[in-house]
Amino acid sequence: MRALLFQDPDSDPTAVRAAAKWASATLALSFLCLLALAAFASLEYNWNWSAVFKYKTKFIEGWLLTIQVSSVSLLVACIIGGLSALSARSRFLPLRYLFKIYVEGTRGTPLLVQILLIFYVFADAAHLENRYVVGVLVLSFFSGAYVSEIFRAGIESIGSSQLLSAKAIGFTPYQTFRYIIFPQALRRSLPALAGQFANLIKDSSLLSIIAIEEFTLNAQEVNTSTLSTFESFFPLAVGYLILTLPIFHLSRRLEKRLAFDS
Amino acid sequence: MKLALENLSKSYGQHQALDGLDLHLENARCLTLIGPSGGGKSTTLRLVAGLEKASGGHILLNDKAVPCSEEELRDYRKSIGVVFQSYNLFPHFDALTNIALPLEKVHGVAKADAQERAYELLARFKLADHSRKKPSELSGGQNQRVAIARSLAHDPELILFDEPTSALDPEMSAQILDVIEELIQSGKDCIVVTHQMGFAKRASDYAAFISHGKVAESGTSKDLFDSPQSQELRQFLERELKY
Repeated sequence: MRALLFQDPDSDPTAVRAAAKWASATLALSFLCLLALAAFASLEYNWNWSAVFKYKTKFIEGWLLTIQVSSVSLLVACIIGGLSALSARSRFLPLRYLFKIYVEGTRGTPLLVQILLIFYVFADAAHLENRYVVGVLVLSFFSGAYVSEIFRAGIESIGSSQLLSAKAIGFTPYQTFRYIIFPQALRRSLPALAGQFANLIKDSSLLSIIAIEEFTLNAQEVNTSTLSTFESFFPLAVGYLILTLPIFHLSRRLEKRLAFDS
Repeated sequence: MKLALENLSKSYGQHQALDGLDLHLENARCLTLIGPSGGGKSTTLRLVAGLEKASGGHILLNDKAVPCSEEELRDYRKSIGVVFQSYNLFPHFDALTNIALPLEKVHGVAKADAQERAYELLARFKLADHSRKKPSELSGGQNQRVAIARSLAHDPELILFDEPTSALDPEMSAQILDVIEELIQSGKDCIVVTHQMGFAKRASDYAAFISHGKVAESGTSKDLFDSPQSQELRQFLERELKY
C-alpha cells in the first residue's frame, strides 16, 4: 500500500512505478471529482442533459471550427513569428524595431483588447468583412508574437563556437543560417511551439465575442436556448481538454527527447 | 610557408590584445605560438585565420596580404583550415556530414565525391566505423580527429590549431599530437597554439613566445627552448615544464 502512494526514496526522482502512478493519479482524480460532486450537491441543481443533448451537432460543429481556426492561426503565426525572429537580426534597424514594438505591444496587451480593436477599427477601415478571416488574423498576430520569442530563443541557443566554426569553414551568412542555425533552432523550438498551440486553442474561445461560431460561442448559445448552464459548459471544458491534453503531452515528450539528445 | 606579421594590433574595446606584434618567417613548416594565457596567442591565430580583422598592421601569407573586406575574407578562409580547442563540430550532423557538407556547399564538390573524400579521411584517422555517429556519441579525442579531418578535407595551404589538446586527457592529447606531427611530416604547413612544450620543441621548426600582445622572443624551436634569451621566457618555460 505504502509503495503505491510514496515514491521509493532511493530511486531517481523522475522515475515512478507504473502501478504507483496509476493508483495515485486515480486517487487524486477521485478526490477532485468528489469535491465537485459535493459542490453540486449543495447547489441542489436539477440536471437536464436531454435538453442539451439535442444540440450535440452544434457542439461538434463549434469544436471542429475551433480546431480549424486554431490550426490555420498557428500556421500563419509561425510565418509571422519566423519573420519577426529573423528581423531581430536584420541590419536594417527600422525593421528590427518595427517587429520589436509589435512583439512587446502584443505580449503586453490582453487578447480581448486586440480582438475588439482590430475587429472594430482596423478591419473596418480595411473593409475586411469576413469575421472569420479577421478572427484568424487577430489570433495569428497575437500568437505570432509568442512564436517570435520562441524562435528567437531557439536561434540564440546556438552556441557562438558553432558560428565561429561555420565562419572558419567559409560558409556565407545564408549558408550558416540554412544548414547550422535553422535546423537546430527549429528542433529546439518544437516543445515550446506545441505548448503555444495548446494556448492558441484555448485563446480562440475569446473569438466568441465577435460572433465567430466556434466552440465557446456555440456552447453559450445552447445555454441561452436550454437554460442549462452546467450541462452546456461541462462538454465545453471536456472538448478543450481532449485537444489540449494530448498536445501538452506531446510537448513534454519532445522536451524529453531534446534533453536526451543534447 | 612564408609569413609576415607587421606591427599587428588588435583591441577589444579598452582591452589591447595585440600591441604592435612583429614576426617574419621565410620558410617554415610548423610554427608554434607559446606564451601565458591572455598574452595574445589565440588572437594572433584568429587574425591569421581571417576570423577577425586587425585594428592595425598587416599580415602577409606566402606574399599575399590577408584581405580586409568581408567577401574577400570569406574566399581567403576557404584556403585555410582551422581546428579549435573544443572541436566546434556541428552537433546535429554525423561525423561524415560534418566533413562532407562544407566540401559540398563551400567548395562545390559533388555530393558523392564529397562523401567519398570524407570517408577516406575518417578511415585515415581510424574513424571509419564511427562515420555515422554524431559528436555527442564520440569521445573528445575522436571528435578532435573528426575536426582535424574536416580542416584537411579541402586540402588547405595552411592549417591552424588553436590549443587542440586543451580539452583532452593526456592519453587523447598524445593521440592528437601524433596526428598533427604526422601531418607536419607529410608536408602540411601548420601554426599551432599550444601549452604542450614537448610537442612544440619536437614537432615545430619555429616558435614564437607571445606575451603582452607582442612577440617577446622568437626563433627556431631548438634555439628558443634550449637557450632562451629573456628572463621572462626562462621563467615561463620553467613553470610550464615543472609538472
